[in-house]
Amino acid sequence: MLDRMQRLRRGAITAVGTAAAVVVLASCGSAASHNRQDALHPEGPAAHKILNLMTPFFWVAVVIGAGVLFMTIFVAVRFRERPGEDRNPVQTHGNVVLEVSWTIIPFLILAVMAVPTVATIFNLAKIPKGPNVIHVDVAARQWFWQYEYTDKGTGFYTANEMHIPVNRPVVLSLTSNNVDHSFWVPELAGKKDVIPGHPNTLTIEASKVGTYTGQCAEYCGLSHANMRLRVIAESESDYDAWVAQQKTPLSDAKVAQFTNTISSKWGCLSCHSVTNLDKTVTATIGPNLTHVGDREAFAGDIYPMTLDNLTKWVYDAPGQKPAGPLKGWMPNFSKTGMTMTQAQQIARFLLCDTATDPNSHPECR
Amino acid sequence: MTTVEDASALLHEPVKRSILDRPRSTTGPWSWFTTVDHKKIAIMYGTTAMFFFLVGGVEALMIRLQLAQPNGTILSAARYNEFFTMHGTTMVFLMGMPLAAAFGNYFLPLMIGARDVAFPRLNMFGYWVFLFGGIFIYSSFALGGAPDGGWFGYAPLTSTPLSQGFLPGRGADFWAVGLIMLGIGSVATAVNFIVTALNMRAPGMTMMKMPVFVWMMLVVAFLTLFAMPPLTAALIQVFMDRNFHTNFFNAAAGGDPLLYQNLFWIFGHPEVYILILPGMAIVSEILPVFSRKPLFGYSVVVFSGIAIGFLGWGVWAHHMFATGIGPVATSAFSLSTMLIGIPTGVKIFNWLATVWGGSVRLRTPMLFALGFIAQFTIGGLSGVLHSIVPADTQQTDTYFVVAHFHYVLFGGLVFAIFGGIYYWYPKIFGKMLNESLGKLNFWLMVIGFNLTFFPMHFLGMQGEPRRTYTYPSGMGWGTLNLMATIGAFVIALSVLVFLVNVIFTRQRGELAPEDPWDARTLEWLTSSPPPEYNFAEIPIVTSRDEFWHRKYTEDDEGRLVKLPPSPEAEIPARRDPHEPHNIHMPSPSYWPFVLALGLPIMGYGFVFKLWWLLAIGALVTFFGINAWTTEPASEETH
Repeated sequence: MLDRMQRLRRGAITAVGTAAAVVVLASCGSAASHNRQDALHPEGPAAHKILNLMTPFFWVAVVIGAGVLFMTIFVAVRFRERPGEDRNPVQTHGNVVLEVSWTIIPFLILAVMAVPTVATIFNLAKIPKGPNVIHVDVAARQWFWQYEYTDKGTGFYTANEMHIPVNRPVVLSLTSNNVDHSFWVPELAGKKDVIPGHPNTLTIEASKVGTYTGQCAEYCGLSHANMRLRVIAESESDYDAWVAQQKTPLSDAKVAQFTNTISSKWGCLSCHSVTNLDKTVTATIGPNLTHVGDREAFAGDIYPMTLDNLTKWVYDAPGQKPAGPLKGWMPNFSKTGMTMTQAQQIARFLLCDTATDPNSHPECR
Repeated sequence: MTTVEDASALLHEPVKRSILDRPRSTTGPWSWFTTVDHKKIAIMYGTTAMFFFLVGGVEALMIRLQLAQPNGTILSAARYNEFFTMHGTTMVFLMGMPLAAAFGNYFLPLMIGARDVAFPRLNMFGYWVFLFGGIFIYSSFALGGAPDGGWFGYAPLTSTPLSQGFLPGRGADFWAVGLIMLGIGSVATAVNFIVTALNMRAPGMTMMKMPVFVWMMLVVAFLTLFAMPPLTAALIQVFMDRNFHTNFFNAAAGGDPLLYQNLFWIFGHPEVYILILPGMAIVSEILPVFSRKPLFGYSVVVFSGIAIGFLGWGVWAHHMFATGIGPVATSAFSLSTMLIGIPTGVKIFNWLATVWGGSVRLRTPMLFALGFIAQFTIGGLSGVLHSIVPADTQQTDTYFVVAHFHYVLFGGLVFAIFGGIYYWYPKIFGKMLNESLGKLNFWLMVIGFNLTFFPMHFLGMQGEPRRTYTYPSGMGWGTLNLMATIGAFVIALSVLVFLVNVIFTRQRGELAPEDPWDARTLEWLTSSPPPEYNFAEIPIVTSRDEFWHRKYTEDDEGRLVKLPPSPEAEIPARRDPHEPHNIHMPSPSYWPFVLALGLPIMGYGFVFKLWWLLAIGALVTFFGINAWTTEPASEETH
């Protein structure tokens, strides 16, 4: 019986050990398939500072944790009562020296931790200024991100995908006119909440060319999980080219086509705009559609920009992304008489006619 | 001329004070509705809370199934949001707090040598409010949508009028009204515990001779008393904004969403200690008993608990490090959060020192207590990492936080609760839970718990946010999520083993010896289960761990020496044939039940704006209050 218990115990310990090993291995494995949304792989100065600040204290915590874990097992095994044994242990009621020392030592460790913590808090709170800095107004909506580039020589709207040049600080002004959200691109910076009536700023910067994903990190209702975003960090010249594209308005003919043949029937322009320059934009309820065809994904960065996906979206948006009874949300047009063909025509306009380079989409060639 | 006998006869004349005869029976099924016995109420609290634990657990399993793989399709977004909201709400308000109330109710009076709590009918009222509040919130599933704004219910998501459709159903109304109701019950229980611990201790039991369990429950009661009002204020404002178009949290009209967060977390952080201190209380009783040593540094442990109770009020904004409250405020709350780690660490070291050098019996309660120490420490350390504000801006609202607080509340509190159940089951029911099944229960729970929550640390750092019903493939989160889901089912298996153990024990478990663990505190100085009046004679207390010191003393080297059996250490027989008749116990009553019944009726009136229903509920409530206040606490039975 005793033997069996011991074997059982040893078996259980082995199982725990194996499980821990599997977890560690699996996490290393997934670290290899780098997802570009990983706070442990910073690619910007803010995210680097954060990881560098945390890492040493993380290891201190690991050492303390392992020590307590070891001691817990040690005292249990070392001082366990064998069957039939009648030990009369010394009745220690306390020890002032020990108790004072394990009050003071953690205090000292925490005091050491406090200094760089407070320094980094103030460092990260600084808002960079100067001609090098790019400014973007970020408006969190239910459930997508609207960006307005406000610097001189920019002045346009886009959504979900933010293009930035590498090695230049980008100051984001975060506002919401609905509920709380949180803007988070883990590889570039920590998150900052977007709260109605409480404008916030967050500085992001990428040190490497690449696409960094992120998503809303404050629960914001039904489609919180579908409020993703991406930051595309590119070279200075690629960025300038992109700005030039975004600044170019759609031709008057295309705007007229959209206004008269599509929006007049389905009311698109009461929520969306097909002009994206800040003085002309009136409807900002839905994402700005001026150059929607230039984006890699849509609907809160959840669907790749293909004709098929766009068609399904135009036809029945609530079926593609849960929105519940949210007032003013994209209607299910299939219920108001839209045919699949009509949906595809609209989708084709959005994909091919708004894209700066329609040939980038195989469906438009 | 009236004699003394005449006068006393007059006094004992049963007076009809209300339309119903006062309930008299303290046995039989109906007695459960009218009982004022703290032990029966504790059992009701415990079984109801365990039921909600299972419900919240099933919700957790559904959540884990949905997240086992990318693009899960088990639950819709709406259902998922309801489940994670109700999982949190259930585990905090319908499992954690009521189980603390269960243990507190049963053992606080027994441990201080009292016959009942100070206000027996208020105690009963607290239970019925809890039960009705729980049923009220859960009835929302059938009545137009369950709460889906998160257990924290941030405004303006929850406070925006239904017509805007920010949230699909009436869930937020049920949530706000239900939590106000539960808060009333919690405050009632808190007042009761405070008065009981302060005023009803047996002769000789000074404050510093109280068991640590009683001390911690006292701290919890004070925390509850002061934490519930700000929550209630916030909930009333949410309900007003939502239903009567006030603008407390409507930024467009000058309201402030951050006000909600401040109010909620001024409640919410003390709430964390309201949940974990009972766990610490239980563990502080188990460790000395199974090490055959007194608690190491009793006064330091007590003062650490009190320090946590005070500091707990100064750390709330660490839940708001990403909200942009500015570097000065975040630095201040960062430092206060680091500070609260110190008394917490002191407790852990003192527990280890308690076991050190003891004669350790690795029975099931002790295993759970040791599991508590190890796992709670991991949760505590990840908590200290949160105090590094910049790091917290990467961790908050991710699975890292989910891992952190589950290590505290599951690895800590739930393990302590299971340890407490195994430890006190023989006291409460007079039978021993099966030891082999208990150990199986423990090891399965350790494996399942760590398999579920350890990977979440990595998931959070790899960028997976909480409260998302789906995640795309290609993020690299699939394997760890699958592991967590498997772990969750291992936990479920361990709970199943526990239920089997309880059923097995009820059917044919062995009768418990009078003092099965060689215990230290007064609850073991009476029969198991104790009689209604607890102690035929109130014990006179001369030392801390009174019962232990009636059995043992120390020699010059501090070694344990068994004393010869003495009448002071004798435990009365299970069924005392000479049951004393001169003990006056509070009488049963209908009115706390009636009063509590009025509250959910009013609640439905509020939620559906049915003013006639509200009026009926108010009438029931006032009738209950009136009848309660005009009946005496105890009535002579003839």
